[in-house]
Amino acid sequence: MSEMRRVTAICNGTVVDHIPAGRAIQVLRMLRLDIGRSNPISMVMNVPSAKLGRKDVLKIEDRELSQEELDRLALIAPAASVAIIRNYSVAEKLKAELGEELVNIARCSFWNCITQNAREPLPQKLRVINVEPLEIRCSYCGRGQDMDEIVDNIL
Amino acid sequence: MGDLITMDDLSNKEIENLLDNAERLLPVAKGDVHLPLLEGKVLANMFFENSTRTRMSFESAMKRLGGSVLNFSSAGSSVAKGETLYDTMQMIDGYADVAAIRHPRQGAAQYTADAIDIPVLNAGDGAGNHPTQTLLDLFTIREAHGTLEGLNVVLVGDLRYGRTVHSLSHALVRFGATLTLVSPDSLRMPAEIVSDLTAGGAKVTETTDLAGTIDEADVIYMTRIQKERFPDEDEYSKVAGIYMLTASDLAGAKGGMIIMHPLPRVNEIHPSVDSTRHARYFQQAFNGVVARMALLCDCLSVKIPKKVK
Repeated sequence: MSEMRRVTAICNGTVVDHIPAGRAIQVLRMLRLDIGRSNPISMVMNVPSAKLGRKDVLKIEDRELSQEELDRLALIAPAASVAIIRNYSVAEKLKAELGEELVNIARCSFWNCITQNAREPLPQKLRVINVEPLEIRCSYCGRGQDMDEIVDNIL
Repeated sequence: MGDLITMDDLSNKEIENLLDNAERLLPVAKGDVHLPLLEGKVLANMFFENSTRTRMSFESAMKRLGGSVLNFSSAGSSVAKGETLYDTMQMIDGYADVAAIRHPRQGAAQYTADAIDIPVLNAGDGAGNHPTQTLLDLFTIREAHGTLEGLNVVLVGDLRYGRTVHSLSHALVRFGATLTLVSPDSLRMPAEIVSDLTAGGAKVTETTDLAGTIDEADVIYMTRIQKERFPDEDEYSKVAGIYMLTASDLAGAKGGMIIMHPLPRVNEIHPSVDSTRHARYFQQAFNGVVARMALLCDCLSVKIPKKVK
């Protein structure tokens, strides 16, 4: 199987490679690609990877990810490599980069945080305390957020 | 210094300076010296949650220094009509020079600081932080022991929801304290705080046994099990009244050991302790005035004379 493509090449769109094994579905949710889209999306999970041992890959046709989407991606798959494909060729290579603060990406999960009042107008802010291992806290209440909570609370 | 939201907003040097200034202001706090350093300045006391000592000591501090105070409580205000915190605080931005805020929701003080221009002092946000209490706690500890360095401090009670111990523990480890955290399992210090405390190399021990900690302690800091913070009343009733200190418990304590409590107490400290040399909680409550005086001067950029007469 190693010599064969598991999924055919795409003409135009985005390939997200080196997603940690098992996280592809979370990535789709994080990028809001799991519902209401008509683009064809191919997903490969748990394939061998020299870099990660096992990895997931996503191929999203006819859609180029924006910088804001890359910021979201960095939360779940900070080592992911992103290729923008145009006419079957790699037109751009991008890296998902985790910034210091994530603004309006996800809502704080803590039930008593001031931001739980949806009418409060200031942006949702999560602060990156540490990248490896990933540690994220709400910029307002300081509570730690785990990855499942962040995915459940994306905006 | 602008806002004070958590103790991370102050360096150790800034803390020591504030405590030195507070000490100089003792005669003003006692009413022996008239020193109107804050004349013409207005403090907005924004209390969205009940308070006795914090609100009154902020008010006393401001008035002793010649300033004036706008007192707000959410009962009877537009908050009851559904006004957001953001909108309420926009108004205060125009009415006052500095705001102290207490709010039942965690993160409210940082949120306010992001929303307005005047300095914001966190007077307690849910189970989050209470840094102005920490300043008066540190003042009380230094007053008793002559130093903040390397003390053996025992924090007792509701360490999960207790904002006073969250802020105090962060500050104490920066001064090399050895911390013993005494609580029932359901009220242990939040994991992220323990992680922060030990990341700096501090020695932190967690236990459920108060009696075994008394003889080695320099400070025992009691806290109330806070009924109002429990999402579930059954959980509260399982741990209410679990730790109670009486005078007879202190037979083996060091002579200089002090017992502190942010108050109000319910039954954590028996009145028999009040007359022992260890009791320091009422002095601690008074120290709230000087600590907040020093803080108000600092955030309003008002210099305190070297000699206060």
